[in-house]
Amino acid sequence: MNKLLLSNLSAGQTARISHMNSSGSIRRRLQDIGLIEGTQVECVGKSPLGDPAAFLIRGAVVALRCEDSSKILVNRIR
Amino acid sequence: MQSDLIAIGKNHKTSCAGSTTENKTVIALAGNPNVGKSTVFNGLTGLKQHTGNWAGKTVSNALGQFRQNGNNYTLVDLPGTYSILSHSHEEKIARDYICFGEADAVVVVCDATCLERNLILVLQILEITPNVVLCINLIDEANRKKIIIDTDLLSRLLDIPVVCTNARKGIGTHELIENAHKIVKNERTQQQYVSYPNAIETQIQNIREILNTIPLKKLDSRWLAVKLIENNPELLNSAYEYLGCNLAQNPELKSALDAARDQLSDKGFDNDIINDTVVASFVLCAEQICSKCVQSPKGYDRTDRKIDKILTGKKTAFPIMALGLLVVFYITINGANYPSQVLSDLLFSAEIPFYNFLTYLKFPDFISRMLIFGVYRVLAWIVSVMLPPMAIFFPLFTLLEDSGFLPRIAYNLDKYFKKCNACGKQALTMCMGFGCNAVGITGCRIIDSPRERLIAILTNNLVPCNGRFPALISVITIFFIGTTPHLTDSLYCAVILTAVILLGIALTFLSSKLLSHTVLKGIPSSFTLELPPYRKPQILKIITRSIFDRTLFVLGRAVMVAAPAGLFIWLLANTYISGVALIDYCVNILDPLGRLLGLDGVILLAFILGFPANEIVIPIAIMCYLSNGTLSDISNLAALKTLLIDNGWTLTTAISFMLFSLCHWPCSTTCLTIKKETGSLKWTLLAMALPTIEGVVLCLVFNFVTSFL
Repeated sequence: MNKLLLSNLSAGQTARISHMNSSGSIRRRLQDIGLIEGTQVECVGKSPLGDPAAFLIRGAVVALRCEDSSKILVNRIR
Repeated sequence: MQSDLIAIGKNHKTSCAGSTTENKTVIALAGNPNVGKSTVFNGLTGLKQHTGNWAGKTVSNALGQFRQNGNNYTLVDLPGTYSILSHSHEEKIARDYICFGEADAVVVVCDATCLERNLILVLQILEITPNVVLCINLIDEANRKKIIIDTDLLSRLLDIPVVCTNARKGIGTHELIENAHKIVKNERTQQQYVSYPNAIETQIQNIREILNTIPLKKLDSRWLAVKLIENNPELLNSAYEYLGCNLAQNPELKSALDAARDQLSDKGFDNDIINDTVVASFVLCAEQICSKCVQSPKGYDRTDRKIDKILTGKKTAFPIMALGLLVVFYITINGANYPSQVLSDLLFSAEIPFYNFLTYLKFPDFISRMLIFGVYRVLAWIVSVMLPPMAIFFPLFTLLEDSGFLPRIAYNLDKYFKKCNACGKQALTMCMGFGCNAVGITGCRIIDSPRERLIAILTNNLVPCNGRFPALISVITIFFIGTTPHLTDSLYCAVILTAVILLGIALTFLSSKLLSHTVLKGIPSSFTLELPPYRKPQILKIITRSIFDRTLFVLGRAVMVAAPAGLFIWLLANTYISGVALIDYCVNILDPLGRLLGLDGVILLAFILGFPANEIVIPIAIMCYLSNGTLSDISNLAALKTLLIDNGWTLTTAISFMLFSLCHWPCSTTCLTIKKETGSLKWTLLAMALPTIEGVVLCLVFNFVTSFL
């Protein structure tokens, strides 16, 4: 398996969350939108300046800043 | 946007909406942000809560009444929330209402294209009350994307009524209420949907046994037991307040809770892990249910992703945004030209007949002149200059808003905001500011971090609102383009206006950076921004809605401010003290300062007297100039040009005017809104000082530079 950070995913790549190092309010917010360990996430694109990036999470597209997505460890699926 | 103001006027504190008083059934509308709650609300109540395709449109509870099948209902539109476990201000409002507001039923509105995420909230609400109706909205969008939802199975699994709706067309909403009505009439028992790991379940059971001996009003003991074990002090305080007793002081409960926490932590469940486990249980339960009921074909969002590639693409995003601004302005200016001229000819040609009519009615001459050349003239100007551009601009803007483009703007610009230590959602509040800064400032509630919200509030005025566009457009037309409009001229005019706006945006970034390095120091906080699916805008609805809800509302407000202002100016101009009109005294005092800024005393006075509403700045200036001269016909731009040039306006004056119009104190409505939102006079004063200082500096520098040319 390909272990990397969520922020390392490029557009079109899919991964499964293995661990979340985020803390505080962002951790709760991510959990609220259904992002927990084991959730499958697809990077659907990056903003024109490279950050933030957009992720498909449980049917919804959510933009996350690099600071936040780099705290999430993932296993790449494809 | 403007209708936000109306809706807020109708907002009530959550607590005042009690349960079935006066035979009224109270139904709460809950749901994730941007699933169409406000559309359902408007459809049922006939009210005009503002809607738009972005998360965070509704920022506080709106209340509406309606009748259906002989029953009276009160509908409460809650702010959209992803969860009711979380902490943001809106989520607290929604959560407290669902938990403690004693609504008779809760309709949870879900987005059919994103049901799994939405179900998490549904399950959380079902833990609190069994009286829930599930509304699967935007079913038309799901059908279009070939997403199949087995609603019968979903209804059986959740044991609640499930209704598919297309709220924008009003399909299914009445059925929703019928189901809510039935659910209120039949006693229902609380069910258990989500189960936690055994260790936690054991403790829940222990705590429940004690809770069952305490009167809990409508609170469910299982839910409260989980919350007590989770130990979220802020939620528990709300619960104690609701119950009227501090459960934490109940000795039996306290020792049971301590024991529960000890035992759990022995098994590896410390507080954070308990929280995570509880949240995860909901998420997994939603996932399971969804896997049984929903089939999404592969690539159902292909079109959205294709559009995103263009609108947020590396090479295309910025040109498209600039082009978008330009096109909106071009259409507005070009389309407004002719109707403006027709309206102004019509209204101004009526001036003399009206005056004659009043004289015929034997009105004293002083009164007739005051009414016609004071009040009527300002009104005529405002209607003819403001109405046409607004009637074009607002529908165009609503179109962008409904389509889902605005969150992409925030997405594209976020990195710049991050560099200023601010939040990308500020871009959304700036977009709202184009319509009305007061609305933009209320909209700043979508920004979670208080520091970043303040930055957005303090800088919002640097985006010119609709009250300032007409003045900018008139000045641009007069001084940069011939007064006989031409198609290419309006394009040129739109380019200049776009440049002015871009300057305002640049100043916003600069000011945000300045603030976050001085009075509002801090690092950018984390944020999530939802990029909703694109939705096909409903052209006809947009046109009627934006004209009736927004255009006429803004115009009405402007007229209400302008009529007394016109009267006041006329009195100033026609009251003489030792042969000098009062207005001239004021103008003379302000003149040196005005000249320094490249303006003159009249323009500065107009800006000051325009404090109630920016729309009246130009009319005031005209009236001041007219009070000194003999020219009375200002019905067209050519005459206006002559008037301004006769009074010493040059290209430099015009540019200084535009700079100062872009950067000066916010109007009175906006100032009041800032005071309300920040709760502080200090921040309100800073919000007034910041753009004013920037305007003064810009004008001084500009005039210093041009003095060498």
